[in-house]
Amino acid sequence: MSSSQKRPLLARTPLFERHRDAGAKLVEFAGFEMPVEYEGVTAEHLAVREACGVFDVSHMGEIETSGAGALALLQRVLSNDVSAIALGVEPGGTFAGGAQYSVICREDGGVLDDVFTYRLDEHRYLTVSNAANHARDLEWFRSHADGFADVHVSDRIADYAMLAVQGPLARGIVQALSDSPLPARMTAAFRRLSGAEVLVCGTGYTGEDGVELLCRPEDAPALWDQLVARGAKPAGLAARDTLRLEVCFHLYGNDLMVERGPIEAGLGWCCREHTGFIGAEAVRAVREAGPRERLAAFEILARGIARQGNEVLGGGVVTSGTMSPSLRKGIGLAYVPSERAQPGSELEIDVRGKIRSAVVKEKPLYRK
Amino acid sequence: MMGEASYPEDLLYHAEHDWARIDAAAQEATLGITWYAQDALGEVVFFELPAVGSAVRKDEPYAEVESVKAVSDVVAPLSGEIIEVNAAVAENPHVINADPYGEGWLVKVRLSEPGEREALMDAAAYVASLGS
Repeated sequence: MSSSQKRPLLARTPLFERHRDAGAKLVEFAGFEMPVEYEGVTAEHLAVREACGVFDVSHMGEIETSGAGALALLQRVLSNDVSAIALGVEPGGTFAGGAQYSVICREDGGVLDDVFTYRLDEHRYLTVSNAANHARDLEWFRSHADGFADVHVSDRIADYAMLAVQGPLARGIVQALSDSPLPARMTAAFRRLSGAEVLVCGTGYTGEDGVELLCRPEDAPALWDQLVARGAKPAGLAARDTLRLEVCFHLYGNDLMVERGPIEAGLGWCCREHTGFIGAEAVRAVREAGPRERLAAFEILARGIARQGNEVLGGGVVTSGTMSPSLRKGIGLAYVPSERAQPGSELEIDVRGKIRSAVVKEKPLYRK
Repeated sequence: MMGEASYPEDLLYHAEHDWARIDAAAQEATLGITWYAQDALGEVVFFELPAVGSAVRKDEPYAEVESVKAVSDVVAPLSGEIIEVNAAVAENPHVINADPYGEGWLVKVRLSEPGEREALMDAAAYVASLGS
């Protein structure tokens, strides 16, 4: 084997020393030096499926939109119906807000990013962006804010570290640190975890129960240590990728891109054209006509791993592929002609010159 | 990744991070990848066995190992014909990480040019080539 490594100046998260001290294999990801693996992807993956893993996802971006005009702006830039994000008042008077997944589209329907938006208060929302898209998203929000009165768009990327605590034991581990009950799935609220103020979000990217924690960067190392001490296993980006792919969550840059729209990606469920979001007309047209290609989930039938960029014979391309630690098979996502995207459809994939047979499966590929 | 770096003295090494254990009669060799190679790859999740009877040529790839993110060629340190493959590694490729010189061996070959060994490195030379 051969490799050469260039070493650009990379950003580090507040947990960089934890990763290095734990012997993590570090890689460049979206300009950050991130842990890809500690002990090994299989053990980390299975820890999340069976117990609890903790991921440093502090490279993710955060954009805060506030003011009386915040909802109106977000309805334009986000594909989902932002007015549907609930705002509840808990006993004691603290707010518990809803969480919602969206894509950000261009006028032509091309996907600029996929994001989670949390409602922090009546007129305050926090949108979590993908690291590689954060600057572009921020500029997109700001450039469209001009037409709206009383709306403020703030870059909060430097204000938050983010940890994802995922797995069947995750809530119990986080609950033990918390001053009050954790917010339910798909809601978010501030809590004190061992004294530190943390936005606890009932969301994740693994298909397991769990929470994502947004905290001050200076609070992240102590929080990490306490989670690990209580049994959360440090898990890297490799496990994050295998976990999300088993449950067919999209990865921007692989399965989503500006050249493709949300309907073909299977994300029509998070597009509400009646809100008039940017790209709604284009999305509606594709929804009505039906897309030429669709993102299909597949399993390799015999052995082998298809990879991003591998061609599907007869038309189509693999956008994500890996070895599934839970299923112990090669799995992936591929854009294929719509008529070949139904479960049971057989695909032949050119994997570096070898033809691998695969079959389209129902999503998600992995279920408990 | 797995354990401490090790480079056994009884092996010969190729610059592409492969090792060869040549039998006493200098007729056959067992091949595998080095501790450095498995560490650089991370956990190996797929290894497809080459066919018994196929030829391998020194300095040319004869198989691929796949980690989660990367696919890497495995280069033959010596030329010959594959006479045995390690089926256990195909079933559980993680043993390449756990025991790269033992359970994680890949193939055995009947050497066609035993003299090629002169071009390989001993453990000390290989370790020196890795730098620090």
